Amino acid sequence: MEGRWTKLALRIWAALILLFLFIPILLIFFYAFNTSNIESWPIAGLTFKWFTATWNDSDVRSALVLSLQAGLAATALALVLGSCAAFAIHRTTFFGRDAVSLLFILPLALPGIITGIALNAFFNFGGITFSIWTIVVGHATFCIVVVYNNVLARLRRTQGSLVEAAADLGANGFQTFKDITLPLISTSVVAGAMLAFALSFDEVIVTTFTAGAQSTLPIWIFGQIRHGILLPEVNVVVSFVILVTIIPVLVAARLTGGGGAARVPAAR
Amino acid sequence: MAVKSKEAKPEAAGGQSPHPAALRLHGVRKNYGHVVGVDGVDLTVDEGEFFTLLGPSGSGKTTLLRLIAGFERPDAGRIELGGRDVTSMPPHLRETNTVFQDYALFPHMTVGENIGYGLRVKGVPAAERRERVERAVRMVRLVGLDKRRPNQLSGGQRQRVALARAVVNEPEVLLLDEPLGALDLKLRQEMQLELKRIQKQVGITFIYVTHDQEEALTMSDRVAVMANGRIEQIGPPLELYERPATEFVAGFIGISNLLTRDGIKFVVRPEKLHILLEEDSPEPGMTVEPGVVEQVIYVGQSTRFNVRLDQGEPLVAVRQNTEAADEALQIGGRRIRLAWAPEHTYVLDQQQEPDAKPASVENTKEK
Ligand SMILES: Nc1ncnc2c1ncn2[C@@H]1O[C@H](COP(=O)(O)OP(=O)(O)OP(=O)(O)O)[C@@H](O)[C@H]1O
Ligand SMILES: [Mg+2]
Repeated sequence: MEGRWTKLALRIWAALILLFLFIPILLIFFYAFNTSNIESWPIAGLTFKWFTATWNDSDVRSALVLSLQAGLAATALALVLGSCAAFAIHRTTFFGRDAVSLLFILPLALPGIITGIALNAFFNFGGITFSIWTIVVGHATFCIVVVYNNVLARLRRTQGSLVEAAADLGANGFQTFKDITLPLISTSVVAGAMLAFALSFDEVIVTTFTAGAQSTLPIWIFGQIRHGILLPEVNVVVSFVILVTIIPVLVAARLTGGGGAARVPAAR
Repeated sequence: MAVKSKEAKPEAAGGQSPHPAALRLHGVRKNYGHVVGVDGVDLTVDEGEFFTLLGPSGSGKTTLLRLIAGFERPDAGRIELGGRDVTSMPPHLRETNTVFQDYALFPHMTVGENIGYGLRVKGVPAAERRERVERAVRMVRLVGLDKRRPNQLSGGQRQRVALARAVVNEPEVLLLDEPLGALDLKLRQEMQLELKRIQKQVGITFIYVTHDQEEALTMSDRVAVMANGRIEQIGPPLELYERPATEFVAGFIGISNLLTRDGIKFVVRPEKLHILLEEDSPEPGMTVEPGVVEQVIYVGQSTRFNVRLDQGEPLVAVRQNTEAADEALQIGGRRIRLAWAPEHTYVLDQQQEPDAKPASVENTKEK
């Protein structure tokens, strides 16, 4: 159908969009190696000095550690609660099940600023001191959804008769879960966990409202940009964050069979 | 084949036999909300019997199998397997195996692992397991495919894996839900023979679901015809075909000609009708009625005549083409007489008129 020119035009168009999306990111990678701390093009020269400086910056280090800790804790929480919720919703039928299912997904669609303010008010109301755990709870609100969505989607795609077939062949509930259900959903659990971690690792808004005096890595970056000092270090950190978030997202997309990336929440 | 019990009453079949019946259902009922799944079924199946559930789509065949396998709990009634009440026993403890209508093969296991799964969970030693799986693979002619995954198989091959996976456990009762539905005619006929052979050889009781009446008639010791969740008639194939008890059964199995004379409703099968031309005279004792041949259809081995009787009813007569059918094709539009022997008519059970939508009298299903 399409003529040669249409095809060519489409290709150019797609290439332009990709450039538009990725040039800014590449730019940051280059700036991270820039000898000058003034961001201008072309860069003055290549150096590793910002990497050493960043590595030795104790603020960055503690922010990184906090980010990793909060991300892992939120992911762990999401893994347990998200997959349990998915199983419960999938297994049982009760009046209003669809409504409950929608409630599970809602936190993801809710703007982060609302989640943040609500949680902030709630913690203040409950007299809870802000700490890493308040961050974890804040991140868990959307991490749970990601795991839940992934696992539920997989459960829905697996034939219900498989569980019956296993029982028919003499497998008890535990054997069925171990031999049939778990292998069939395992990649979706892992994919959900990776997406959850990636989301948590670069989250800013909810963190702003749920963190105490400490900073996560994104919060630290945000602070530096506002003050406009250590910009080269920011570039180094941002490059690092990009890698840390992109890798699990790619792995997750592969695990869920290509369609995974499409299920990355739109709210981000 | 049809040496089994002649009686239509289900209870009589396994009555005083030394073995307990392989399967016994008492007033089993299952509704899905307002939808009737199975509506009060009584049934006794003997050990080693090839028993078929035949019925149109939605008549409750799958539901009945699911009740026997234990995936559904009946709303009322009792289910016995080998003389034991299993009504509330979970499926994994029942001595049944199922060949599912949608195969339900485990996608993450190879063909061999699928077939061996039942033996594995029962703790059969690996060596014996391998041997039995191998035998089953040979039996369903899948040699060389046992390392493949289900999604690398054709529909017919998957169906055979499902069959092997169930048979390999040698259950007391094997439940088969249209196990040959996806196969082409030739493979289907081969597998029908194979199934019969397996059933004889291993001595498993088969509960076989199909909506293919020819398959039901050729393979079964006894057939139960179902409609709207109820059993219309149980009996050996010959009895169902020659002496249908209800209009529904008559309409569902074969082509049936339904006539009412002197307030009596009866069935005459097409092959029992003689076509008399002007010069022919009927054999003594036959009933004769005049009519017009409206249509002649050449079917290959036989010829079909759609006749309208002067009294108004349409009848179908079938004649085997023992000789070239050229002259038979000429009688379209001609006046003829139809003759039949009274002993070849079967009066329908009048009182138990099924609230089932009566099957069309002109049911065009071929044989
Ligand atoms: N899970 C269910 N929920 C609601 N209704 C059901 C369910 N399963 C079956 N039914 C209904 O019960 C009736 C019997 O269904 P069943 O599957 O037993 O038919 P069947 O004889 O196996 O048909 P087919 O030849 O098409 O497989 C149908 O009316 C069907 O719609
Ligand atoms: Mg069915």
